[in-house]
Amino acid sequence: MMTQIVFYVFAAVLLLSATMVVSARNPVHSVLFLILAFFNAAGLFLIAGAEFLAMTLVIVYVGAVAVLFLFVVMMLDVNFTQMREGVQRYAPIGGVVGGVLLVELLMAFMHWRSASNIGQIAHLVPSSPERTNTAALGDVIYTHYIFLFQACALVLLVAMIGAIVLTLRERPTGRRQNIDRQHDRTVADSLEMLQVPLGAGVDAQGGFLRPRESYDIAAVPGTYGTEAWRVAEAKDATGTALVIATPAHGTKGEGDE
Amino acid sequence: MADFFFHTTLGQLLLIVLESLAVLVPLLLGVAYLTLAERKVMAAMQLRKGPNVNGPFGVLQAFADAIKMLTKETVIPSGANRMLFLFAPFLTFSLAMIAWAVIPTGNGLAIANINVGILYLLAISSLGVYGMLIAGWASNSKYAFLGGLRSAAQMVSYEVSIGLVIVSVLLAVGSLNLNDIVLAQRHVWFCLPMFPMFIVFFISALAETNRAPFDLPEGESELVAGFFVEYSALAFGLFFLGEYANMFLMSGMVSILFLGGWLPPLAIAPFTWIPGPLWLIAKILFCLFVFIWVRATFPRYRYDQLMRLGWKVFLPFSLAWMVLTAGFLMVTGLLPGGAG
Repeated sequence: MMTQIVFYVFAAVLLLSATMVVSARNPVHSVLFLILAFFNAAGLFLIAGAEFLAMTLVIVYVGAVAVLFLFVVMMLDVNFTQMREGVQRYAPIGGVVGGVLLVELLMAFMHWRSASNIGQIAHLVPSSPERTNTAALGDVIYTHYIFLFQACALVLLVAMIGAIVLTLRERPTGRRQNIDRQHDRTVADSLEMLQVPLGAGVDAQGGFLRPRESYDIAAVPGTYGTEAWRVAEAKDATGTALVIATPAHGTKGEGDE
Repeated sequence: MADFFFHTTLGQLLLIVLESLAVLVPLLLGVAYLTLAERKVMAAMQLRKGPNVNGPFGVLQAFADAIKMLTKETVIPSGANRMLFLFAPFLTFSLAMIAWAVIPTGNGLAIANINVGILYLLAISSLGVYGMLIAGWASNSKYAFLGGLRSAAQMVSYEVSIGLVIVSVLLAVGSLNLNDIVLAQRHVWFCLPMFPMFIVFFISALAETNRAPFDLPEGESELVAGFFVEYSALAFGLFFLGEYANMFLMSGMVSILFLGGWLPPLAIAPFTWIPGPLWLIAKILFCLFVFIWVRATFPRYRYDQLMRLGWKVFLPFSLAWMVLTAGFLMVTGLLPGGAG
């Protein structure tokens, strides 16, 4: 009795929030309703006794995927009035696509059959009360279907590498730091203390304002201090940024590339 | 009486409420005093006195702060999304509370001793980012928004290494149940054989709770106060309490995964006289002290350094350690659960 009430509450909220995902005007609200829908699906898994799936759903979809959704949607510059402009024009196309999907779903449901060999693999999941469903899932995935599972992982890996290759771009103006070389710097490498007489300035001692190209010791080669970088930087250059007194012939970064 | 509590529906509900109160009331008091302890400890480290006006040694300072927070006016910025603006602090606060349902304070002493306890904790801690992200967006302010985005990227990054560290521990335990995880440490706490993972987990916990040196989401030197810059009064208070309750939670996770939970260091006479819950509290307090110690010691990371540490150092390292652990357990035949 109690379980049934809980089931209907979860199911109702799930359907309601799923409807709100497509009908909410604000895309951020849509994503938040999607998260609510994920939650209620996790609740349904819990009622079905699939505690591992429930927790994984929350960790993977709510904790990671939806965060990135929200991250992207929040950064969109959406104009709500502009967004609703074309509704009249695109409604028929959307309706057709939705209708085709609905008919296909109905056809799938009408011819729903379990795989014929389901009886042969049932023994892989022994249902003793002390066996947790985490262990049962692990057995099936990692012991009996390890190669198929790894193949799925490889497909995802390819997709991931593809996404990185498509979006990674080297910007000449980027300032990246080579941590190891930064750690290798010593005080003697980078600055020298001068006894400057009052009012004379560092010039009298043979010191000078350190030029920019000599403090890129810790920069990743090719990103900082290159010609392209200097051109881009010259546009908004208003003078030397860092002032450290060093001897006149002290080009400390010379040996470095 | 026992019949009423254990055999009637109403009694069981009442029992759950009482159990929850038994955990939440000390937790909230602890949170209130952690704010004071932080100020006192940091003051001692910086050769200052810290709060010392309200009550002896300033012990009433926590209540003075609470009353001040409650009596201030809640300001909602114009253009803010009202509903979400007020929802975010409640979400942060309640998430920090509900995670305690599965923390065992003694053998079998948890409100809910569930089979997937560690996954539940991971799920709850991964939800914490929503409070900040929603707060940042709903405030309709650029500083708050930048803080929210930073926290989202930061927490998602460090969750990856936290997850891998947890997998290493689970390999050695053979169960996702928090009770089993503690009992598996009867002979040796995991912080000894898995010392590098202990350090990685602790540093990731710092990043996950947005504590110094990873407090970039609030980074006051560039973002004013980050995601809660527009909050005041009670709503700000809830964020504040949520952050400190999260510190308690992460300390609890460190204690249970690596410091043997409620177990004494050695199962011999003077140690076994002290009850288990007190051991757990002592370990949590030790971790909290280290949280504060770190804050008083290290300057804030730059954002690219933070991302480099998470993705280029912790992720490969914890992945390699996980493979190493699995290989070691397999070779020595110590893998729990057997090949069944």
